[in-house]
Amino acid sequence: MIANLSTYESVTTEEVKVWFKAGPVHKFPKNGGACIKYKDKQIAVFNFTRQGQWYACQNLCPHKMEMVLSRGMIGEEDRQPKIACPLHKSTFSLKTGENLNGSLDAIATYPVKVEGETVYVGFME
Amino acid sequence: MLYTYLYVILLSSLKSKPMKTIIVVGNGMVGYKFCEKLAARKESENFKVIVFGEEPRAAYDRVHLSEFFGNRDAKALELAPMDWYAENKIELIVNERITDIHRKTKTVTTGSDKTYTYDYLVLATGSSPFVPPINGVEKEGVFVYRTIEDLEAMLDYAEKIKSKKTKGRAAILGGGLLGLEAGKAVMDMGLEPHVVEYAPKLMPRQLDSRSSNVLQLTLENMGINVHSGKATNRILGNGAITGMDFGEDDTLEVDMLVISAGIRPRDELGRTCNLEMGVRGGIVVNDRMQTSDPSIFAIGEVALYNQMIYGLVAPGYEMAEVAVNQIVESYEVIMRAEIDMSTKLKLIGVDVASFGIPYMPADKGLSIIYENKTKGLYKRINVSHDGKTLLGGIMVGDAADYSILHQMYLNNIPLPDNAEELIVGARGEGGSAFGSAMDLPDTAVICSCEAVTKGAVCCSVIDDGNETVKAVAKATKATTGCGGCKPMVADLVKESLKTLGKTVKENICEHFDYSRQELFDIVKLRGIEDYDQLLDEVGKGHGCEVCKPLAASIFASIYNETANRQETIQDSNDRYLANIQRNGTYSVVPRVAGGEISPKQLMAMGRIAKKYDLYTKITGGQRIDMFGAKLHELPLIWEELIAEGFETGQAYGKSLRTVKSCVGSTWCRYGMDESVSFAIEIENRYKGIRSPHKFKGGVSGCIRECAEARGKDFGFIAVEGGWNVYVGGNGGANPRHAELLAEKVDKKTAITYVDRFMMFYIKTAPPLTRTAAWLEKLEGGITYLKNVVINDSLGIAKELDADMQKFVDTYKCEWKEAVETPEIRERYTHFINSDETDDNIEFVSLREQKMPKEWA
Repeated sequence: MIANLSTYESVTTEEVKVWFKAGPVHKFPKNGGACIKYKDKQIAVFNFTRQGQWYACQNLCPHKMEMVLSRGMIGEEDRQPKIACPLHKSTFSLKTGENLNGSLDAIATYPVKVEGETVYVGFME
Repeated sequence: MLYTYLYVILLSSLKSKPMKTIIVVGNGMVGYKFCEKLAARKESENFKVIVFGEEPRAAYDRVHLSEFFGNRDAKALELAPMDWYAENKIELIVNERITDIHRKTKTVTTGSDKTYTYDYLVLATGSSPFVPPINGVEKEGVFVYRTIEDLEAMLDYAEKIKSKKTKGRAAILGGGLLGLEAGKAVMDMGLEPHVVEYAPKLMPRQLDSRSSNVLQLTLENMGINVHSGKATNRILGNGAITGMDFGEDDTLEVDMLVISAGIRPRDELGRTCNLEMGVRGGIVVNDRMQTSDPSIFAIGEVALYNQMIYGLVAPGYEMAEVAVNQIVESYEVIMRAEIDMSTKLKLIGVDVASFGIPYMPADKGLSIIYENKTKGLYKRINVSHDGKTLLGGIMVGDAADYSILHQMYLNNIPLPDNAEELIVGARGEGGSAFGSAMDLPDTAVICSCEAVTKGAVCCSVIDDGNETVKAVAKATKATTGCGGCKPMVADLVKESLKTLGKTVKENICEHFDYSRQELFDIVKLRGIEDYDQLLDEVGKGHGCEVCKPLAASIFASIYNETANRQETIQDSNDRYLANIQRNGTYSVVPRVAGGEISPKQLMAMGRIAKKYDLYTKITGGQRIDMFGAKLHELPLIWEELIAEGFETGQAYGKSLRTVKSCVGSTWCRYGMDESVSFAIEIENRYKGIRSPHKFKGGVSGCIRECAEARGKDFGFIAVEGGWNVYVGGNGGANPRHAELLAEKVDKKTAITYVDRFMMFYIKTAPPLTRTAAWLEKLEGGITYLKNVVINDSLGIAKELDADMQKFVDTYKCEWKEAVETPEIRERYTHFINSDETDDNIEFVSLREQKMPKEWA
């Protein structure tokens, strides 16, 4: 199946209808990301240990439409958490999804919660 | 008596500065800009400002309205939050409309019948969409495209359509800028877009017919249908729209219509209080933005200046600036007589720009046109008959050169002899037909949205110490409008820093105020063990994609640790020990030291490549690259390669790639020495070492130099009586021959010299700098280097030797480590919650092998 940007739409915590069980905490590398599958979606989940925060976004980089964002490096710019695509280093805010170093479309972001040892990602459907 | 006297003074001083009231009608972008500009003036404390907006929210960015479809986030479009008005003591009254102006009493009344008194009245009511008088426009499903409310209504209606049928269609009436934006918007809503234009071409005001054609082709390829030269007679449907009738049995079935047929100034207030009006609407203003009543100003799309309504943001902002100045009595600031209507924008991902006179009669000048429909490119520049002056131009598909061309036009900069190079590029390599942005006069307006000149940008850097684009943007507001001037501002910042003698600061990034060399010493001296500790002890914040791999390289250089230990600070290639390719798959390159490979090994590689269906190719460094491995296949492939006696080739790392060799005296009748044996020895010596950039070597058996050793970071050439040692060469984008470090030395000495050279480079080079670039910048150049390496002028030779020996002694194959360690192996899955693989990867066949599907 070839990826389609319209599969991904940001979800806010208030909008969550389904908290999907993504996996145990230890499966997500510290200060790094991993990819999960939810229905037809590929979601990159980041364990930003240094900040004590979790983030999730589409795994699809809108630049060349490849499923790679989970393999990128996370970091921050002006206190904004971001992900850098491993292919061409496009960076996106993990909070708003906005492209920080260019004019690509914003990526969709999803809420994450951790209960005990389990990581959940929030979806609308 | 005394008290009375003081009281009188106090009273008169109060009287001399009576608070004056400014009422701003309209809270769009221009109305907001007026408030912003006024609030920035210290005179603003003498004024009480009341702003009326009829929409329920504070001013927002209409230019980027279509982004609302992407994120549905009205807050993201906000220009300033509600609090901003309070902080600046501006009273903002939303959801309230001014219904009448009473010029005699200087009062206005509102829809809820309240009365306010003004000293100055600023009309920034903007415009409303023009709805042509077509029979049936009142039908359900017909919308205009202007406000967030319009968009929300469209979204709701689109949902309704989609719930009834799968292939809903929406038409847009008007193929101008906004119409095409609307086309993209309805496409994003999941409807099939049809743009209907009355003129024979799209964007008739900005483009000539050829560029319009190119744009149309590109848009049609994206799925936007274009119907030009169509006059809509009637809107069909019983209650709700079902189609459009163009006459003569020509109809188009649609479920929704968005009208975007231009704007009309919202000038009713001016009309009812008898201000001077334009024949076709608009409130007439002079160059002070005053209407026929000197205490009433009009700015933005409601104002008729020079018989024109300006529908762009930049002139509107300039009008706001002029009105502010006039009100605070800086009377000298007036509107320019000629307003630049140049525009550059990204329309649905396609660059479109026009400036000056986009198309012109032949008696005025000549045009140079470049058109390439296969790539959706069109560029046109218009030059004067004498070929010296740029009069205007059009760009579709690629407007990267817009800023500089626009500046050349604005500043009358003489054209180069070969003006065509301005749009097709210079024929020579890497040359640019025009000079740098620094050649522009100081008065050149770089950011037209915020009217920031080149002089202001440079001053901000040189006098005010703003050393980054971000800091300059904050101080001058340049780049904060449409953002089109960003590359030029970046150039100006860089060049201005250079004039200060500051090459752009060598600080790694916002997290470390150190150069790479400084950080290297810190890690070594303090014995810092990992990235977190480094950030905590000498950095700030939480790191980024710039400092992480750099720190990884330093840790590797000091502790010779593999990329497996701190995997999340590695560049993606190092993290997965493979080179990521175009479609997110990886390539695999085992080490083939010196390019020597046995038939048995060749067969083993062939078998494995065949098993995993990999594309194979001989590399430039005399080894074999296998492409197209999926993430989860990497450990499986490596397990087999290792079993066959291979080890990693570190093709993914900033480390030794290969040592290329000719066949040497073992076979060659000219050979002076055994180049292959030497190449294998040296490749095995340096393998795995991480450095600021990749490095390569070469060994030639004689001066015919078949191994191209002088094109490498280090090279040995066999001569009568020993080896010549060369360093600091490379191929690539800027080829450079290596320089002679030592002549006719024995093999052991040759190795020692190169050991020291490499170690010295690893410790001192800036990040991502090859040895060639490093040596070019090294003060004293090769002579200095010889002194350090051969004569030990710094007294560090022993240390360099020991450090290199440690590397050699502690080498391990990181792929062996990875396949043998379950925790590391676990990293190689695409999904952590599923065994499925990435179904987004598609291959096509190529000469009996395969390749990734082309990027769109």
